[in-house]
Amino acid sequence: MKNSKLAILLKGLIRENPVLVLILGTCPTLAVSTSVTAAIGMGLAATAVLLCSNIAISALRKVIPDQVRIPCYIVLIAGFVTVVSMVMEAYTYDLFKSLGVYLSLIVVNCIILGRAEMFASKNTVGDSALDAIGMGLGFTLALVCMATIREVFGAGTFCGLPVPWFNENPISILTMAPGGFMTYGLLIALVNKISNGKAIKKKDFGCAGCPSAASCGKSTCGAKEETNV
Amino acid sequence: MIKTILYIVLTAAITNNYVLVKFLGICPFLGVSKKLDQAAGMSLAVIFVMLLATAATWPIYHLLLAFFHFAYMQTVVFILVIAALVQLVEIILKRYMPSLHASLGVYLPLITTNCAVLGVTVNNINDGLGFGASMLTSLGCGLGFFLAMVLFCGVRSRVAEAKPAKSVEGLPITLISAAIVSLAFFGFAGIIGNLFG
Repeated sequence: MKNSKLAILLKGLIRENPVLVLILGTCPTLAVSTSVTAAIGMGLAATAVLLCSNIAISALRKVIPDQVRIPCYIVLIAGFVTVVSMVMEAYTYDLFKSLGVYLSLIVVNCIILGRAEMFASKNTVGDSALDAIGMGLGFTLALVCMATIREVFGAGTFCGLPVPWFNENPISILTMAPGGFMTYGLLIALVNKISNGKAIKKKDFGCAGCPSAASCGKSTCGAKEETNV
Repeated sequence: MIKTILYIVLTAAITNNYVLVKFLGICPFLGVSKKLDQAAGMSLAVIFVMLLATAATWPIYHLLLAFFHFAYMQTVVFILVIAALVQLVEIILKRYMPSLHASLGVYLPLITTNCAVLGVTVNNINDGLGFGASMLTSLGCGLGFFLAMVLFCGVRSRVAEAKPAKSVEGLPITLISAAIVSLAFFGFAGIIGNLFG
């Protein structure tokens, strides 16, 4: 029993890492991974929202009617995002400024809606909370990994502090948009290499990772047929 | 006048391209860019919804939320308005314009949770733009999305014929080609400034 609880908590960190294995939440991953501080802030903000929304949705799972569950989830999530962004505006104003529009875009972050749909709507409150912490920390971990690469090589700093040698030879393209795509692609390739291609097959990008996939069964989404294999 | 309009639209479409520069709407960009007709259909639906969402959220924010000091409800209200609007448009299209529904309708439900649509409405409010400028920015962002999707679709069809190493197959090679397309967009950076100087 205790083992399975631990498994729920740990699976989000590495084996089912939301960013690198499940390929969810690509937009904030690419956008805020230019600096480690912003990445940690974004990761923790998303974790807080995910924890609140998973607990609330799991507690209400028998009350919410099945047909209107997606709008219900979105309203709940949007409420928690508003709370988190107001808290951040009050206590960590610099971070709030640097995350900008991406903070309110946590609402449409696939990780949060995806976990609500895939996990919280089917499991108990305790399990959902553990799942949220694991997934949230996995998201933070992946963001910090990417941000470390992009900040150290791209700007020659780490959390704003200069790193010797890299400081004098920054590859500034890494902090710009193309560097984001490139680093993300290479990191996923690395994960595929390590997991020996096991992660590739079942998790190829497609509608399966999209939270709205369930509600739009008729969609002719390009990658759909492959993910069903 | 025309110069200002062109300036707003082109800046939003090219220098501040939502997909390749601001990283919004990455999911459809990677997911639906395999075939040209799907990429174009999805982008047209995005342009349409962006314009509609801006036309609805701008008055709601300035006439209701800001007026009654409810500005902090922005995120909740906007996402609800967009979701309701998309649903409504789908029903209307299905009833009165079945041919248009057949080509655009399938992409509409996907757009509710598209961060580019919510992003453009929130950005317009945060930047303090007027109604006209907001609509033009949305049009530009939509066109930029269309441009990025169609260009990337062409790149992907060439990549599909190549045979990369096993671990880069699939998403990694797609992201790396996206990096190169995004690099190409940097070349446009100076054009706008020089044209309108």
